[in-house]
Amino acid sequence: MEKLEVEKHAQYILSVEKRKDDFESVVMEHLRMNGAYWGLTTLDLLGKLEIVDKDEVVSWVMSCQHESGGFGGNVGHDPHILYTLSAVQVLALFDKLDVLDIDKLSNYIASLQNEDGSFSGDMWGEVDTRFSYIAICCLSLLHRLDKINVEKAVNYVVSCKNLDGGFGSIPGGESHAGQIFCCVGALAITGSLHHVDKDLLGWWLCERQVKSGGLNGRPEKLPDVCYSWWVLSSLIMIDRVHWIDKEKLARFILDCQDKENGGISDRPDDAVDVFHTYFGVAGLSLLEYPGLKAIDPAYALPVHVVNRIFFGQMKTCPTQQSSPRLQH
Amino acid sequence: MHGRPRKPQKPVDDASIAKAAKLRVLQAQFFQNHHDKIYAKEALEISAKLLETNPEAYTAWNYRKLAVEHNLRSETDPDAIKAVLDEELRVVESALRRNFKCYGAWHHRKWVLNKGYSSVDHEFRLLDQFQKADSRNFHAWSYRRFVAALKNMSEEEELKYTTDMIETNFSNYSAWHNRSVLLSHLLKQKIEGFTPREKVLTEEYELVHQALFTDPDDQSGWFYHFWLLDQTVTPGAPVLVSSWPAHGSDLFVSFKGNLDGGVSSSFTSFCSDKGAFPLIIYFNQSVGGINSSTVTVKHLFDKNEDLIWVPLATNNSGNAQAWVTFLRFPDVKDDSLKAYPVEVKVGHSQCAFTVSLRSIDSKHGEGGSDMEMIVWKDDSFHASEPLLLSPPVVSLDQATTNKEPEQIDSRWHEETLANEIALFQELLSEINCKIGKLTLARLLRAHDKMIYKMPFADEKTHSKEVLDLFSDLMKLDPSHSRYYKDEHSLVLMEQVVSNRESLLTYCWKYGEAHPSYLCNPICLRLSKLSLSRIGSFENLLWVQMLDLSHNELWSIEGLEAMQLLSCLNLSNNKLRSFTALEPLKLLKSLKVLNISYNEIGAHSIDTSRYLFSSPLSHTVGDDWNIDAYVTDGVKMNYWEAAVIFKGLYLTQLDVVGNAIVDEKFNLFLTHILPSLVWLDGDRVY
Ligand SMILES: [Zn+2]
Repeated sequence: MEKLEVEKHAQYILSVEKRKDDFESVVMEHLRMNGAYWGLTTLDLLGKLEIVDKDEVVSWVMSCQHESGGFGGNVGHDPHILYTLSAVQVLALFDKLDVLDIDKLSNYIASLQNEDGSFSGDMWGEVDTRFSYIAICCLSLLHRLDKINVEKAVNYVVSCKNLDGGFGSIPGGESHAGQIFCCVGALAITGSLHHVDKDLLGWWLCERQVKSGGLNGRPEKLPDVCYSWWVLSSLIMIDRVHWIDKEKLARFILDCQDKENGGISDRPDDAVDVFHTYFGVAGLSLLEYPGLKAIDPAYALPVHVVNRIFFGQMKTCPTQQSSPRLQH
Repeated sequence: MHGRPRKPQKPVDDASIAKAAKLRVLQAQFFQNHHDKIYAKEALEISAKLLETNPEAYTAWNYRKLAVEHNLRSETDPDAIKAVLDEELRVVESALRRNFKCYGAWHHRKWVLNKGYSSVDHEFRLLDQFQKADSRNFHAWSYRRFVAALKNMSEEEELKYTTDMIETNFSNYSAWHNRSVLLSHLLKQKIEGFTPREKVLTEEYELVHQALFTDPDDQSGWFYHFWLLDQTVTPGAPVLVSSWPAHGSDLFVSFKGNLDGGVSSSFTSFCSDKGAFPLIIYFNQSVGGINSSTVTVKHLFDKNEDLIWVPLATNNSGNAQAWVTFLRFPDVKDDSLKAYPVEVKVGHSQCAFTVSLRSIDSKHGEGGSDMEMIVWKDDSFHASEPLLLSPPVVSLDQATTNKEPEQIDSRWHEETLANEIALFQELLSEINCKIGKLTLARLLRAHDKMIYKMPFADEKTHSKEVLDLFSDLMKLDPSHSRYYKDEHSLVLMEQVVSNRESLLTYCWKYGEAHPSYLCNPICLRLSKLSLSRIGSFENLLWVQMLDLSHNELWSIEGLEAMQLLSCLNLSNNKLRSFTALEPLKLLKSLKVLNISYNEIGAHSIDTSRYLFSSPLSHTVGDDWNIDAYVTDGVKMNYWEAAVIFKGLYLTQLDVVGNAIVDEKFNLFLTHILPSLVWLDGDRVY
């Protein structure tokens, strides 16, 4: 089997961060916050997080926060729940959640819940179960799930369940592995996995593995490294991951590496990007690839980070917050 | 970024730099306008240009919405309003032509349409183009459902559209999916033309057969077929399938000691030191709302309304297949062997049994000491003693249930299954198709379950054929072999425990002397069967001693129904973590546990982390307090073990042969389990 090019991937992530002149990096500017999360989580899983300047990152993250409490994808871009979760995750990686005004942030997220329990992505009202996951994940990391109506939120996610056991973006929407991750993750964090038919969904998910060993996101589609994360994490949350051939999948991911310049692509010999580099490395972590840190399938953060948040301060009441402090 | 070939790395070329610089200027102008709230024509054009180059620049969509709201603030002329909104639709359309997977663009379109000034028919024409270009685009399908609702299109019409799409290309999972959504609505609402249900489903089977026979290797149709099968066999009202004590049995309850020799069957004896014995009821599906108003128990020593029913489930859904309550008996010396009748009624189901009380106040008859160690070795078990009475196996002659209200469609069910079985047997005689084989196995299983439900059916089950199919599949499709293995195990287990003759060959008597908590020394030994999963718990409610060692179990889900278990051997399996042992938390009678030689602590990823109650999933309340049991140092590493063990009163535990075990861990165990007498074969002091 190929081996994971740890050093090269770390260097690749740093180089993308620095690249600013080409067309591609300008096009991607609006999701730099997601990019920061993908890149930094990858570095942590690789054991290389110390090569970045923590204070610089934290102050940049905070400069993307708006008056509403939500975060934009970059400085000056509008706030959206998509980037708000990434911001919280990045701060969690660095154990810096205490720089947040937690009440302000959690009020912003809670304000996006609709009457039917669903969540909008921002003030413009797009509804999607991705946003349900994000809201639930974010508030749980902040110990503030009580800010929303969890029961309604869960019922909405369940209303998006399909007859194949999977989940769509809204009721009636087709099952898609990314969407399934969001819905299963939301149900996992709220202790509601009994709403999932584990055998039915597990079979649908394990059938995403195609001959090459890679996973696709829907039936009769091409395999893609990013589904190593969406499908694998879902299978792990419902305890059915042994239904796929893990070794073959690991080989597929390793074959998508750019062995010369670092980075991982969607399929072998395609162009690499940070997104697929993260999903490839996270997938390998879920496959227990030697030397990688373990990642948590629901919170999409390294297990040590999640354990620190939920078990680190067990002496104090788990819902107790540290005193709010705003830094600009 | 998807599907772009990797090119050798070279310095960024001038053209790209120039293009980037141009976009950057555009972007800067846009943000300036956005920031200054400028919504004039020129400013709008800049944002349109930006979006046409980069549809993902989501802030620009937001800006355009602000602009529309601003510019239409005092506009009342419908034509002027329409003109403004049409411009938005134009920008969206050109953005979608660049990237039709752009969430922001699709949402912007919905936002405009919701204002109610635009032609919905135009949207259908646009969708036809997009759906022709990519028939699987889920944004387009989603948008289609949106405009269909906006136009109040009938679901019949949309169903017709899916038929057209499917007939153009059978391999369109999106169309099949939409069909399943529409059809289940139509069936549920009994819309004209969609009754009777049987007729509609039969037609659907015909449609999907065309797809399956055209290209058996395409998954789309098979998933739809599986959904149809599910629609065909979905059980109706919950039915009671078994109970403990079993229907028609005579239970001997003894308290404070061992049974004497006068009792003829160990299968129906129980000892208690709590003045109560469990009553377990087991349904064919998970049910909720079991309480004294939905279940009636007639029992001399209890008032029905005092009984508290508890769901046997590891989740907090309030639903379970198995429910338990505790019946009391008086603390009297009664050697009359008087049998008290107990009757249980749930819905259309009922069961009845008798209870006789035995109080034994002498020392243990032939028994050993409670401090004695249970030894899970072959020579501890004897088959010699003839087991006069049989274990209570659920079967038809046992008839725990009243006849269900006649199902009119049961004939159709059976015919449909028989047809499908014949059809796929034929298909598979010609081609080797894995998903076809799996479907056949599922059809045969469904068929067996159905005849099992019909009284006095003497048809034979297909378990042998199903087992062969799964064995075949393991070879044919090795990537998913462990899925087939799990299914195989469930069928095998069912075969082993579902008839008396077979079950008896797995029942052994433990030792000459046994501790008093083990008043029933019959051990069900299901070891070395290569089981990866267990099931058929409805037949196992009576078991107090269970040996599942030397299998390949990764989960013990469902074991929580076996409330009488006091000795359990799970050694030499593939259990990966303590979180996989959650069902044990509900087994309050458990005294002896062997989990040695598993994989606990050997894996960095815990696959049952989220099926286990913990703060991670907000499934623990104020009672989450393991600090009393663990010190800071071991908290992070052993919290799962602490949660499992803190509620158990084990006297004997074997954990050796797991990666987690070391001196520190064993010390922790003796702390958290003060009742422990034996740890890994050594006396605990
Ligand atoms: Zn991808």
